[in-house]
Amino acid sequence: MRVERVISDENDSFPVGMRVLAVDDDPTCLLLLETLLTKCKYNVTTTSQAITALKMLRENKNKFDLVISDVHMPDMDGFKLLELVGLEMDLPVIMLSANGDTKLVMKGITHGACDYLLKPVRIEELQNIWQHVIRRKKFDRKDRDGSGSQDKPYIDSSEAAGLGNVDQNGKFNKKRKDQNEDEDEGRDENGHDNEDLSTQKKPRVVWSVELHRKFVAAVNQLGVEKAVPKKILELMNVENLTRENVSSHLQKFRLYLKRISCVANQQANMAAALGSVDSTHLRMGTMNGPGNFHTLAGPDQIHNAAFRSFQHSGVLRRLNTPAGVGISGLPSSGLVQLSPVQNLGNTSTYQRKLQSFVIPGNHNANILQGMPMSLEFDQLQNNRAASHVGQFPSVDNTTVLPVSSISGSLIDAGCSNSPLLGVTSNSLLLEGSSQLPTLHASNLRDSVSGFPNRSTLSDFTSIAPASNQLHGSKADIQDQAFPISCNAGKIISSAPQDWNAPKKDAPYQSNVPSCSINSLRAVNGDMAQLGQCLDQNNPIFNRNVGFDFVDPLSIKCSEGENLAMEPSVIEKEGYLMVQPSRQGIYIPDNEGENFAMEPSVIEKEGYLIVQPRRQGSYIPGNLGSLEDLASAMTKQDHDKGKPTDGDFGYNDYSLRTCI
Amino acid sequence: MMSLHDNRRWKPRLLECEIPASNPKSLQISKPKKVNLRPHFLLLKFAFLPGFKYPVAKTGLPLWMLGLDADRLRADLNRLLAFLFHQGILDEQYLQLQQLQDESSPNFVSEVVNIYFHESEKLLRNLRSLLMDRDFSDYDKMGIHLNQFIGSSSSIGAKRVRNVCVAFRAASDQNNRAGCLRALELLEHEYCILKNKLHELFQIEQQRLLAAGVRYPMLN
Repeated sequence: MRVERVISDENDSFPVGMRVLAVDDDPTCLLLLETLLTKCKYNVTTTSQAITALKMLRENKNKFDLVISDVHMPDMDGFKLLELVGLEMDLPVIMLSANGDTKLVMKGITHGACDYLLKPVRIEELQNIWQHVIRRKKFDRKDRDGSGSQDKPYIDSSEAAGLGNVDQNGKFNKKRKDQNEDEDEGRDENGHDNEDLSTQKKPRVVWSVELHRKFVAAVNQLGVEKAVPKKILELMNVENLTRENVSSHLQKFRLYLKRISCVANQQANMAAALGSVDSTHLRMGTMNGPGNFHTLAGPDQIHNAAFRSFQHSGVLRRLNTPAGVGISGLPSSGLVQLSPVQNLGNTSTYQRKLQSFVIPGNHNANILQGMPMSLEFDQLQNNRAASHVGQFPSVDNTTVLPVSSISGSLIDAGCSNSPLLGVTSNSLLLEGSSQLPTLHASNLRDSVSGFPNRSTLSDFTSIAPASNQLHGSKADIQDQAFPISCNAGKIISSAPQDWNAPKKDAPYQSNVPSCSINSLRAVNGDMAQLGQCLDQNNPIFNRNVGFDFVDPLSIKCSEGENLAMEPSVIEKEGYLMVQPSRQGIYIPDNEGENFAMEPSVIEKEGYLIVQPRRQGSYIPGNLGSLEDLASAMTKQDHDKGKPTDGDFGYNDYSLRTCI
Repeated sequence: MMSLHDNRRWKPRLLECEIPASNPKSLQISKPKKVNLRPHFLLLKFAFLPGFKYPVAKTGLPLWMLGLDADRLRADLNRLLAFLFHQGILDEQYLQLQQLQDESSPNFVSEVVNIYFHESEKLLRNLRSLLMDRDFSDYDKMGIHLNQFIGSSSSIGAKRVRNVCVAFRAASDQNNRAGCLRALELLEHEYCILKNKLHELFQIEQQRLLAAGVRYPMLN
């Protein structure tokens, strides 16, 4: 009702006077566009530079309603501008180009464009662009007002108008409706909000890095699938943030994740391709004490179903986390939620449990996909990552480190992970460095790709005995996995070049992935979410793509979010990065079970740190498995495929390295 | 409209205005240097209907000052436009440009077209220098220039130029240097034609406006 009224009020003048920002480096087209838009009675501002446009948008969030941008511009790619605007300012963006190639249009859509126009632009096309603004507003309102939004006539009209344009909008619409239905209880609040919002123009929210980090953390915690704006808002606990802000941001986020997942898949494939599982390399010497690596007999060890997938090669190496090493001491790159040191006592079992499997390169996609979730580690929330990360640097042994770091991270539930790490590194060192790295990397990669993230995560968690305590969440595991891998990657290759862009945390090589993960990360959510995520599209979380918001530092995450899960990193060196969880799996599980499921990390040494015991967990349904793992860690529960049998729980997992 | 008969007071000097259909050369359009004094030349150009005789006269008083030419000029303008459309040099987008011109933006079309000329010449120069370079290999860069050229040409309504650009881009995508060179030649040629024609259009338009402007006071 209220909304309706408001809409009608708005429509009195709207779309007249709608404020449009037009960006195009070609002055001919720019002048033409400006004149056309003025003819449509919009309020036009033009600029030929994308950078200027961004500045204008940033200085006053409320200054524009819509942005039209050319695709090919000299100073900044149109798609990048599109992304930034969509994420930071939540404005509808229309792309414009002389080139109507399907791929480009697709790219525009995946980057979140509301529409894609071809030059020459006709006035008829411009006369309808106001629908994008209305549609967005409607979504926000609907989100806000669970009750009456459906029967707003305007909604129908705008939807009808916009039918031709964006399918995803429709989908979102539906999603929103569903969510709205689910949130009956929030109606009162919504009503209240509605009132306020309907009467006043809602101020634009700029999604700063911090804000976004919180958002991601909240989403991770809730699980991507279940992430509902209201709950996210509650979790974020930020004032002056409204549900519709959150919901629209969530929309974009999901888009982003989807996009990343595609990228992640590709990466996984690449990784898989690169890292041929070389069983020969997998040498697992059994090490007593911290440095034990056992080759896993076979799939059996992998409790997770997903795990099994990895094991085609049948080479599972278990990375024996040097439990004694003091897992706690391991500076998990934050991702790895090492279980409390106490678990170290279980190292022996752990080590057994640590199954690192080498995932044949062929299974790239899976592995990596599985990984993503781990990336998401909610764990990160715990800043473990930070601590872990810090510790990684200490391990300088490139080859060995990965493993140790992983194990360390895994083990260290959040405590000072350094000790463990150190230990593992040592052990790794013992193992011999050179050959392993490559192996590991590849192995890891394979394994990572091979199995659903969860499993990796779970493996990791198992590696880190302490981990279970730390996080029940699968995310943790993943986190851990990642950090390890990250570090491993780092160490091994001394920098996962591509991904480790933000080397803020020295230990984090995986910066990039981590960053990406971070962004995704926000999911401290449960594994369940992770599973969900995994299911949907592993790569969702592949933030490797560079979520702008992701602050590499954040990887360290004070929030304990994933550490640089650089699956990519590892790949670089031919090491398997444990990234898989990154793939877009939110490792929402914060149950502390998830430790860096860095299956890859250890690859270097030929260890495959396979963590994800929880293979099953990756499946969205698997989230439960992760959670189970988490609980397993604590209570020794097993999830469907969870390899943990009591011992094998995360607690027992330290780094599983496949050697 | 005042017919030619009214102009009998001056001694009409019939210029050869019959356009033999068989001789296409007579259709050659050349830009008169002093348009104002010789409007009949322009008129001649458009009188390409064979057998049609236009009595034109050269007088001390330019025809346009008599305010008689406004309609004629408009007719000529339309004829020229029809010709350009027929030849494919321009398309409907140009009409859209014309429609955008109104009291609030009276010189819109000429503004846009001038900007277009300026940019296009820059682009052509860039393209030429790229291709002339013996070590040229950066087809991507050329593609970017071409994209811009295509965009602006289609925004103006320059159909032939745009089509040549598209072919040029295709050759560039295939890294076909010879093809690119040929396309560049053709592009430059088409661009010249377009530029000449548009200049003409503007001149007629200018004269028409002048004639129309002058006419009103005379009517009073």
